[in-house]
Amino acid sequence: MNFDFSDDLKQLKDEARTFLEDKCPSSAVRKVLESDSTHDAALWREIGAMGWTGAAIPEDYGGAGLGHLGLCILAEELGRALAPVPFSSSIYYAAEAILAFGTDAQKKAWLPRLASGETIGTFALAEGPGKATPKRLRATFRNGVLTGEKLPVPDGESAAMTIVVAQTDRGLGLVIVDLASPGVTRAPIETFDPSRKHARLTFRDTPAELLGPPGDGERQLAAIEQRAAILLAFEQVGGAQRCLEMAKDYALERYAFGRPIGSFQAIKHKLADMYVAIELARSNAYYGAWALSKNAPQLALAAATARVSATEAFHFASKENIQVHGGMGYTWAFDCHLFYRRSKLLAVANGSARLWKDRLVTELENANAPA
Amino acid sequence: MDFEDTKEEAEFRARARNFLQKNARPRTGKGMLYRAAQADEGILREALEWQTKKYEAGFAGITWPKEWGGQGGTAIQQVIYDQEEAQFSVPRGIYDIGLGMCIPTVCTWGSQDVRDRYAVKALRGEEVWCQLFSEPAGGSDLAALRTSAVRDGDDWIINGQKIWTSGAHYCQYGVIVTRSDFDAPKHKGLTYFFLDMRSPGVEVRGIKQISGASHFNEVFFDNVRIPDSQRLGKVGDGWKVSLTTLMNERYTIGGRAGVDVDEFVELARGIEIEDGPALRNAAIRERIADWYVASRGLKYSHFRTMTALSRGDTPGPESSIGKLVTGRKLQDMSAMALDLLEQGGVVTDPEVAPMAALFHQTLLTSPSSRIAGGSDEIMRNIIAERVLGMPPDMRVDKDVPFNKVPTGKG
Repeated sequence: MNFDFSDDLKQLKDEARTFLEDKCPSSAVRKVLESDSTHDAALWREIGAMGWTGAAIPEDYGGAGLGHLGLCILAEELGRALAPVPFSSSIYYAAEAILAFGTDAQKKAWLPRLASGETIGTFALAEGPGKATPKRLRATFRNGVLTGEKLPVPDGESAAMTIVVAQTDRGLGLVIVDLASPGVTRAPIETFDPSRKHARLTFRDTPAELLGPPGDGERQLAAIEQRAAILLAFEQVGGAQRCLEMAKDYALERYAFGRPIGSFQAIKHKLADMYVAIELARSNAYYGAWALSKNAPQLALAAATARVSATEAFHFASKENIQVHGGMGYTWAFDCHLFYRRSKLLAVANGSARLWKDRLVTELENANAPA
Repeated sequence: MDFEDTKEEAEFRARARNFLQKNARPRTGKGMLYRAAQADEGILREALEWQTKKYEAGFAGITWPKEWGGQGGTAIQQVIYDQEEAQFSVPRGIYDIGLGMCIPTVCTWGSQDVRDRYAVKALRGEEVWCQLFSEPAGGSDLAALRTSAVRDGDDWIINGQKIWTSGAHYCQYGVIVTRSDFDAPKHKGLTYFFLDMRSPGVEVRGIKQISGASHFNEVFFDNVRIPDSQRLGKVGDGWKVSLTTLMNERYTIGGRAGVDVDEFVELARGIEIEDGPALRNAAIRERIADWYVASRGLKYSHFRTMTALSRGDTPGPESSIGKLVTGRKLQDMSAMALDLLEQGGVVTDPEVAPMAALFHQTLLTSPSSRIAGGSDEIMRNIIAERVLGMPPDMRVDKDVPFNKVPTGKG
């Protein structure tokens, strides 16, 4: 049994944490949250220069070839730091989708630029509130051009390219759009967590090209969401862990009734419950990492399990962290709300827990409960 | 990252599997593991035979040092053996407390002569041990115990009552923690012994549980004599000795639940509710997913623990969450299972109730898994204090002579 990350990857994790504690303190997150900047451009440049963006991209396409276990490690640290950079959009979605479904030409065209971080990519699925079911999506790709509106698109303002889920003559499909193309308009949109910016993207007869066969969009989308679910689970576990640490520190330093509030069982039990939820989520995320790195047949079930576990752990930890902090936790000045916001952003970013629970049970039905 | 055994582990696993295949029946179905909740003569005899076979094949006391009569093996070997044994229908539960908690304490604190006399007999299954700790006035607050030990020449005279003593009705020996000094603060006045359960003045009375079974007992001590040679640790050091026993407790209790998500899915597949099979109902599916996530989270946490053991490391705190998660899940899952059966859910006749009333049994046994071996509340305190470093609670009885500590009625 060797259900753990290698020593090399643990070292990478330590380095990533040290780097982010220095370059991405909460003041850096607040700078993006409280301004119109799309992201922390300086941090993004350094992340690209260190090769994080290319971690799971093969060396043939300009990546570091560290594999997905390395990417999971980085995701946890980025989640912990609430890094205000387009990492998930560009890497978990755009790069992963091209890696999975691109032609060699498409890979050569896009992956080196995504790997270096010089190009920001994203993924455009939603068209307003409600689940983006194949029936409800209106964006249409026909005769080589795309028309429609996508909202919200994460990092839609800063991205240079996007993958769009659109109707084709043969059903749902994925298309790649260079956002410098004609017919593209973009506008920022107000969101719950402005530390990660979102936009409204409109396409009018915008040139685009298919990614993978037309009509295969549902299967492609499922695969992309499964892989992203595992990577996001690591971000969520990282964020949740930080919430527990904040709550713990505050419970030790805050006195009431003549003693640290951490000596009261009401607080202790809350912290213990946070700990349990996070440990379960971490273990489920590890299993997801294994499935992702091996492209294992259990990937779909592992992704749903990791996703549900991590989403609920982060939600629980971020709300109870505010509770432990009492009134101070509700102030703008304390960092608790940064995690509370991010927790909900990540909870809806890749399909809600409700949705993934249903998928999980579908997998159980299909797989007849594998080992 | 993988789930493979090392070469040595694979060899050990093959040896364990070979032994089991030759000597035990494979487990069939997914029902309750073969557990001796109601240990009658027949079950005790089978358990003895099985334990002796295990000992002779070198699978008893796997992690114990050689000077105790053990195999001097590793913790990962024990885990591997347990994994393999779980695939077979063999008697379980009779020796867990004795070999898991009592004998390790006896061997840690006793002389080589004491080890030689008791350890191998226990390993062979010839002598069964129980743990006489909890009292009516000392459960979660174990150190509030009042059973008295008074020195009389070379003996001690014991008076008082223990409770929740699993297996006391078939055990030959027990370990007991007593109060030898009522004027000292509560943790300082305790002394620890082992004793022959057949000593005059020991009376064992079964306690009928809510499940109807009687797995544990009340044990009364009326002027019971214990020779001073059976004291473990110094007079007044009983709390320290008790911690050796309790440290081993989490490895002994819990974790072997007989029902899990697979069984619930099977039930939900077969039961029709208003809109078809229950398994198609959104509310039911959500609950299944919740339990599955908890169950798998524990399983993969266990993999992490095994990884630490496999490297020769001490497992991290992730191994402390199992009981807390499993107890609640079992109770909720079995309650929901009966709900699915609607009015028919009340029927426990195994001919009528689905899965031979497995969920009904679980509904009645699950409350104990949230209490035994540290209640949910105590487990949370342990996680908060030992893992997360929260300060201990304020204790009004600390540093107060025990006989001045406020008590309730009884």
